[in-house]
Order: sequence, then structure tokens, then C-alpha cells
Amino acid sequence: MEYFVGIDVGASTTKAVILDKSAQILGHSVIHSGADFGAAAEDVLHKASVGLKKENLGRKIVISTGYGRRNVLFADLTKTEISCHAKGSYHYFQRAHTLIDIGGQDSKIIKIDDGGKRIGFKMNRKCAAGTGAFLEEIANRLKIKIEKLNGLAEKATKNVTIGSYCTVFTATEILTKIRQNIRVEDIVKGIFESVIKRALEMDLLEGNIVMSGGVVAHNPYFVKMCEQKLGKEIFVPPLPQLIGALGGALFALETKGGKHA
Amino acid sequence: MSEEKKPAIKKIQATGHMRKIMADYFYELDNAMKQGSPKIAWCTSVGPAELLLSLGFLVYYPENHGAMLGSSRQAASYIPVANAIGYSPDICSYLTSDVGAFIKKETPLSRAYEGIEGVPIPDVLVYNTNQCRDVQDWFSWYSKELNVPALGISTYRNIGNITEDHLSSIEKQIKGLIPQLEEIGGNKFDIDKFRHILGLSYDCTQLWKKVLETNKSIPAPISFFDETIHMGPAVVLRGTETAVEYYEVLLQELEERVAQKEGAVQDEKFRVYWEGMPIWGKLRDLAEFFISLRTAVIASTYCNSWIFDSFDPDDPFMSMARAYTEIFIVRDENFKELYIEKMVDMYGINGILFHDAKTCPNNSNNRYGMPERLEKKLGIPALTINGDLNDLRCYSEEQAKTNIEAFVEQLANK
Ligand code: SF4
Repeated sequence: MEYFVGIDVGASTTKAVILDKSAQILGHSVIHSGADFGAAAEDVLHKASVGLKKENLGRKIVISTGYGRRNVLFADLTKTEISCHAKGSYHYFQRAHTLIDIGGQDSKIIKIDDGGKRIGFKMNRKCAAGTGAFLEEIANRLKIKIEKLNGLAEKATKNVTIGSYCTVFTATEILTKIRQNIRVEDIVKGIFESVIKRALEMDLLEGNIVMSGGVVAHNPYFVKMCEQKLGKEIFVPPLPQLIGALGGALFALETKGGKHA
Repeated sequence: MSEEKKPAIKKIQATGHMRKIMADYFYELDNAMKQGSPKIAWCTSVGPAELLLSLGFLVYYPENHGAMLGSSRQAASYIPVANAIGYSPDICSYLTSDVGAFIKKETPLSRAYEGIEGVPIPDVLVYNTNQCRDVQDWFSWYSKELNVPALGISTYRNIGNITEDHLSSIEKQIKGLIPQLEEIGGNKFDIDKFRHILGLSYDCTQLWKKVLETNKSIPAPISFFDETIHMGPAVVLRGTETAVEYYEVLLQELEERVAQKEGAVQDEKFRVYWEGMPIWGKLRDLAEFFISLRTAVIASTYCNSWIFDSFDPDDPFMSMARAYTEIFIVRDENFKELYIEKMVDMYGINGILFHDAKTCPNNSNNRYGMPERLEKKLGIPALTINGDLNDLRCYSEEQAKTNIEAFVEQLANK
């Protein structure tokens, strides 16, 4: 058996998906990227392949994507995360749609047509607003564990507006809110709201919407807030954080003329 | 599609010739400064250079110096110096890097040309606000610093149709400069000399236009990145025989390339239009990157800005007013869109790249919905990358390159 591997080396996490020739997921993993992207790629592949036959791993096609895609020395090909996310998203949602991916260091909006062709994309600009890094930074400032954010936001009772574009300004705004004795739950919801606004204002969002990325994977309430904001249901694929890696693996499969080619 | 090993940029043989005439130009200015004659005028890049030349001035262009500061990647150490005296990091980074370098008494000229210690000190500063207000502020700073007069032409902006009123006002302003310039330069205005220089300038820009239009061929013989370098003589030497001769040489080389189907990009697959300023510190890097993507950046508003079709020695003042008013940067949104549309058609463009230069709103045409409108109208994709002409702190290499690569993947998928 041959394996088809997608490795998505993001600025904060590295993801791997391993497919068989019928596009079934055999293994997957997410780890922190750390400072050595090449090592992270090897590590994530190792973790994703636990339980798989070692001898088969010698026969694999690897496509790397993401910020550190060129550091994956064992990759056969590289593709941008834009193409890979579009590919992965269409795999689960085979209709025209717009994908909103909120990643660790950037967010992207990708428009995909009925046939799965990418017709446009936008990546956010240079600052952390509208990305996972922003949530991490703020959680840090509030001395809250990042995995607690979802639960806190759910318990909010008031709408708090965080208006700044910039992470540094936002931190100051939050200090003001704390001084005003605003509950931390409400502040966290305000922070979610701010990330959502930054991401959604990147483009027109018409038609079907799919969301992916780490923030979406770990914060179901975040998606719920997006749905309320857009007034429609949002489709979240299984393993939302692994959509880019899955797309890479699907491209790997295509190079062999396999299913989904 | 992935970036492969660093591909070689094909060398343009005329480069040596260009280096020589540019060196001669800077030495001539340096000598003039040291000897006090001829007088030196500083001029904005699309200012009334021909008038200054006809009055016997040697003309120096601070924007060219700005571009040198950018391409030598020295701008970063000078911009903060200008920031410290009150010039915001958000305004023209040509201005801030040039003023900063002047304050620090440094210039890339002294590194490039032995014996030159500083920029040529002007006897007069002449601007035209057709491109932006920053040039006026820039020259005003030098005017105070060096105690030399700053004269200028104030243009209309956002012009749709150009009317006689627009032109007669500009014509009057150009003529109005003459008495003061005669006094400063010590030479009487001579209409025949003016006609002659305008004619030379016309010839230069027409040859430059032909150079650019060799890229209508497939594959395109010269990249936008090389064009920005070879544009130098059209900017600083227009109005001279030297520039005309240079573009004859360059044109011949490019025509040979066309005949031999030798493209600037090996195995050219896609053709892209560059809208906006160059990112001077990244020219080579981006040129190599696009070659690796088999994508030729082959036409641009920027390089086209030194084509002056209207110059007419028989009607020198009015035609000069027209030439410096009808350029892209002075025009309204509608004109600009039609212009780009024409270029897309003429060069067989597959996609448009907008460079949103943080410190130059005047050349960042993505900001009012133009990419989206053009995408819809022309049915080809547009991409905006964030960066700057000189301030590389505003440029994220990884984001820009991922965007470009994803854009090319999209072109491949069409
Ligand atoms: S047009 Fe832009 S780059 Fe040129 S001088 Fe004005 S602000 Fe600077």
C-alpha cells in the first residue's frame, strides 16, 4: 500500500494527514511548530503514522504546505496553503462556497466555485488582529489558559466592544475594561467578536460558508457567534485544523491519478 | 507549483552602457557643484525638466536618489532620522529616506562613484505637484535647510477630461517660472533651445515606449524589474542626446531578443501587469521569484509614466503642460481603469498585481475598489500585496510571496 501525505507547517502548529489511495484518512496529528520547522515536519509525520506499517512509509508521496513548506526536505512538492485549504475544504463540501480559515498567524478567505476551482482569495494583512495569535496574546495578558476561552465566552451576559485594529491598542482597551470591573467572560466574548469582525471584513461573504482553522477547532462558541453575525449556518468540516494538510494529501493523491484527481 | 532553485536573471548587455552614462551624469553634477558652474536645479521626476535644461541648468532628481536609497537597502537607517524631526513614517519614504540621509551626510552616490562625497547641492528647487503633495514638502525642507528658492507648479488632481482651462493654467505657471530661473541660472530664456530639448525629450520617451512595447511579444524580452533599472536614463537624462542614443542601443538588443524568441522568463507561462511602485529593496529577489514561477511581469503603470506622447517642439509650452498633466497619476479613477484595461488587452495580461505601498497612496490604486472592479470587468484575477517603495518594515516577505505563489496557482488553474 502507498501513502499520500499532506504536511502543513504553520507558524504556530504543524499538521499532518495521511491518506490511502481511496482518500481515507489513516492518520493525522497536530504539534507545535517550534523553532525548527524541518524537525516539526518529521515529528508530526511520525506521530500521524503511529500504528501504520513502517515499510509502507517508505512508499509515500508528500506535499508540504504552509508557512514552513520549504523546510520540509522530504516533501516531493510544495503548494501554497491557499490551494491546499481550498482543496481540503471542497473535499467535504462539494458546492460553491467561501472558506474562512482562521489560522495561528493569518486568516484567509478563499472563494471556491461549484467545480472546486479557486476563484479568489484574500489573506489578512500584517498584524495579528483577526488571527489565533491575537487570542493567544490576549489570553496571556488576562492570565487565562487558551483552552478556557470558549467556556468563558459562552458564559458572557453582556456585549463588550473592543474597537482597535491593533493588538497593542487592544491590550490597553482591555485594561480599561478591567478597571471598569467588566466581567472577564464578557471581555473574552468581546475579544471573540473582535477577531470575527477583523476576519469577516476581509471580503464579501455570500452563499455557503465553511470555516476551518485552529480557532474554529477549539472554540465552537466562536463559530456560533459567526453564525449569528452572518445570519446563516456555517459548515465546519471534521478536523477543521487539518484542512490544509488534508488538501496537501489530496494533491499528493492526484499526482498518482488516484481518487479525487 | 513550487519555487525551485534560484534561477538566473538574463543579463541585458546594454547595462554596461547605462552604467557609464549614469556615472558620467553624476560626475558632471559633482563637478558643477565643486566649480560653481553650471548651476544645478533639483527637479521632481515629472517636473518641467526640459525648461530647466534649456536655461542651462544641470538637473538632479531627488526621487532617483530615493530609489537608490531603496535599492541599496539603506533607506531603513535613514527613515527614522527624518521621523525624529517630525516627518511621519506614514508619508513618502523617498522623502524620509532622502532627508534622513542628507541629515546624516551620507549617500549611496559616494559608494557607487569614487570621489563623490555628497549629493549635488542645488541652486534652485523646482517641483510639480502633479504626482503628489509630498514633493512640495520635500523640496520645502531643502529650501529652508539650504536657503535656496523652491519654485513650483501646482496641478489639478483627479482629472477626467483635460480641458483648455487646465492646460492654460499649467502653461501660465510654467512660463511664470522663467524670470526667476533666468536670474538664478544667469542665462536668458531661448525658445529655440527649449524647442530643441523638448524634441530630444520626445525622442527619448518615444524610444522608451518602444522598449516597453517589445513586451507585446510572447515571450516578453524584458521584465518589469529590469525595466525599472533601465528607466534611469529616461528619468534623469531625458532632453539629452545621450538618452536617445542609449535607448536606441537597448531597443536594438530587445528587438533581437524578440526575433530570437528569447524571453526574460524561461518558459513563460503567465503574463502579469504590475500596478504601483516598485519595491526597490526587493527587485532582484522578486525578479528571481517570478522566474521560478514561470511568470513574466511585463507591463506596468510605473514604467509607462515616462512616456510623454504630447511633447511638441512646435508648441512647446502648451504641449509640455499637456504632457505633464495627462499622465496616469494625475487622472481620475475612471481614466485609470480604462488605461489599465487597455494595457491588459495590449500585452495579453493574465492577472494584475497591485502593490499597496504603505507610504505612497498616490501610486496605490487598490484602495478604492479598483482591483475588484477590474476583476469583474476584465474577467482576470487581481492580487494586492502590501509593501512599500523604500520602507521594508512594511513588507512581509513570506506573506507577499505566498500571495504571489497562490495567485500563480490560481492562474494555472483557470
Ligand atoms: S508619488 Fe509617492 S513615491 Fe513619488 S514622491 Fe510622491 S509620495 Fe513619494
